Amino acid sequence: MRGDTMTELLLEVKNLKVHFETENGTVTAVDDVSFSVKRGETVGVVGESGCGKSVTAESILRLLNEKHTNYEGNILFEEKDILKLSYSELQKVRGNDISMIFQDPMSSLNPVYTVGNQIVEALLLHQNLTKKEAESKAVEMLKLTGIPLPEKRVNEYPHELSGGMRQRVMIAMALSCKPKLLIADEPTTALDVTTQSQILDLINELKDEFNMGTIMITHDLGVVAEVCTKVVVMYLGQVIEEASVESIFSSPLHPYTQGLLKSIPQIEGPRDEKLYVIEGKVPTLTQIPKGCRFAPRCEFATEICRDKMPQLESYENDLKVRCWHFKDIQEKRGGMNGSRNESQTVNS
Amino acid sequence: MKGYILKRLLSLIPVLLVVAVVVFLLMHITPGDPAAVILGPEASPAEVAELREELGLNKPPIEQFVSWFGNVLQGDFGTSIFMKQPVSQAFFEHLGPTLSLAIMAQVLAIVVAIPLGVLAAKFRGSILDQTFMGISLLGISVPSFLLGLFLILLVGVELKWLPVAGYKSIDAGLLNHIKYLILPAIALGSMQAALIARMTRSSMLDVLNANYIKTARSKGVKETIIVIKHTLRNAFIPILTIIGQTFGTLVAGAAVVETVFNIPGIGQLIINSVERRDFAVIQGSVLLIAVSYVLINLVIDLLYGVIDPRVRLGRK
Ligand SMILES: Nc1ncnc2c1ncn2[C@@H]1O[C@H](COP(=O)(O)OP(=O)(O)OP(=O)(O)O)[C@@H](O)[C@H]1O
Ligand code: SF4
Ligand SMILES: [Mg+2]
Repeated sequence: MRGDTMTELLLEVKNLKVHFETENGTVTAVDDVSFSVKRGETVGVVGESGCGKSVTAESILRLLNEKHTNYEGNILFEEKDILKLSYSELQKVRGNDISMIFQDPMSSLNPVYTVGNQIVEALLLHQNLTKKEAESKAVEMLKLTGIPLPEKRVNEYPHELSGGMRQRVMIAMALSCKPKLLIADEPTTALDVTTQSQILDLINELKDEFNMGTIMITHDLGVVAEVCTKVVVMYLGQVIEEASVESIFSSPLHPYTQGLLKSIPQIEGPRDEKLYVIEGKVPTLTQIPKGCRFAPRCEFATEICRDKMPQLESYENDLKVRCWHFKDIQEKRGGMNGSRNESQTVNS
Repeated sequence: MKGYILKRLLSLIPVLLVVAVVVFLLMHITPGDPAAVILGPEASPAEVAELREELGLNKPPIEQFVSWFGNVLQGDFGTSIFMKQPVSQAFFEHLGPTLSLAIMAQVLAIVVAIPLGVLAAKFRGSILDQTFMGISLLGISVPSFLLGLFLILLVGVELKWLPVAGYKSIDAGLLNHIKYLILPAIALGSMQAALIARMTRSSMLDVLNANYIKTARSKGVKETIIVIKHTLRNAFIPILTIIGQTFGTLVAGAAVVETVFNIPGIGQLIINSVERRDFAVIQGSVLLIAVSYVLINLVIDLLYGVIDPRVRLGRK
């Protein structure tokens, strides 16, 4: 039996750094990222495009091209360090203990094989099944994801299916071996709104059914609100805040998180209100600021911010934040924040 | 599917017409009176004039063309004045050696080039990759007749492993048949092999970066299966294209290699016929070659459907 308690640690990423060797020298796309996932828990990873979400996710399965990639730190899955596994050990973890769903369902399935073939492949790799058994299991998995006529779909090629259906196939494939951890890298970004929420519901449901830990990568805070229990906010390769979903939405600590929240469009709010955008651009990986990485865009930045990099520090019970001044900012914003929350509850 | 094939076959007619016009014009622009050439320098002007009349060379060119092309459409390619036999018969007699040579060169090229291209892509940037690509560059730049002469000298004359030249039909035994064709096939196929190896490498590199390869890895698929099952089949589509496009060049190149190795193929037939001003044979052979090009391309197009389900279903 596994996953009796929610408190049991499944995955622990500790001080992960990912360096890429490129033609223009080494870049560090992920710089000291730590977070953990318990069994059955859904952790959201959010941040702007390019902040290192996918690199972090793919590091967990070591999917990056290791000829040009150097890792530092630890990725402990059930206490074993994935970064130290041999290649054949790694292949036993992939698709079996840990599965992944990717952003673009249109290009994530092999165009020259039927979807059934691709699900069966995963089953035959990790489970002691005959081809026949695997085939009926594939149909069963497709049915589980709510694809109509699974017996027919199983023999179709990816191009015969819609984007939403392909993502369901990806989910069926990822879950076919009952993984303990599912990594979903923006699984709904490429889909239309209705399909988006269907897919999210599906992942949520199956997660409970399988008691699966889940990492939900997204830049959509709406998705976080819908499915996550904990959120990790990333900026330029670093974790800048970690908190429960409730506290991220009610009292975000980091100025960047506050900006992200302010930039969500409010359906109920006054129409003429201009959408808030965080000013400035994300620096590139080759010109990372020496102090706080957010300093060039931060309205609260001071001397120390530009000079020294803040560390990710724990605050109260479950919160972590990387900012020199978060306490002062918290005090300053106190009143304003309260009224904002009030108006939200009134509206919803 | 049947409709598609029929359409492709019908498209042969305009191709034939254009080729026919071009060949016909070329024949009539090149100097040298066929009647005079056939009869030799000793013939009297009266004899030459008589033969011209007999061959229809005195009629206006347009009339000559129309009557010739009309016959072609009915499957009659004319009769060789020199060999005293129908052109199509002469053509098909010489086709065997050429086809054998071209197919053998093609098979050799594919069998050697695809594994090399796959390995080069898989171990991109390694010594292996650099060596293979260096050799392939050599393969592209060395002309086939030069390579052929070199092979004759080294393998045929020095080492005496294989016959120096000549041709044995398959009736003389398959082994014998192949023994005579190995050197010419290497000479002919080396450029083809180099092109295919390069295309395989670049196409494999593209596909190895595809998202579905990442998906396959994330399932725990072994790297050899990734390369063979997931990558190669997808990479094969552009490889097939280059094979199809260059098969024509291969057949054309066969003429040169046939001369070097003294193989009685189409190349020799055409070269000899040019020397003899045997118009009917030249025109007929070139036309028949054009037809085979179109047919080969049709087969290649049908093969796409076998490899790629998207093509298959798109044609329904
Ligand atoms: N193989 C690589 N070599 C060099 N740099 C890379 C490589 N892969 C990713 N990067 C860089 O690492 C940074 C993080 O990329 P990543 O794909 O993780 O962003 P992301 O947060 O997933 O963004 P998105 O929301 O657009 O998917 C980017 O600046 C990217 O350019
Ligand atoms: S450390 Fe300074 S610059 Fe960085 S987020 Fe905090 S206040 Fe802003
Ligand atoms: Mg990404």
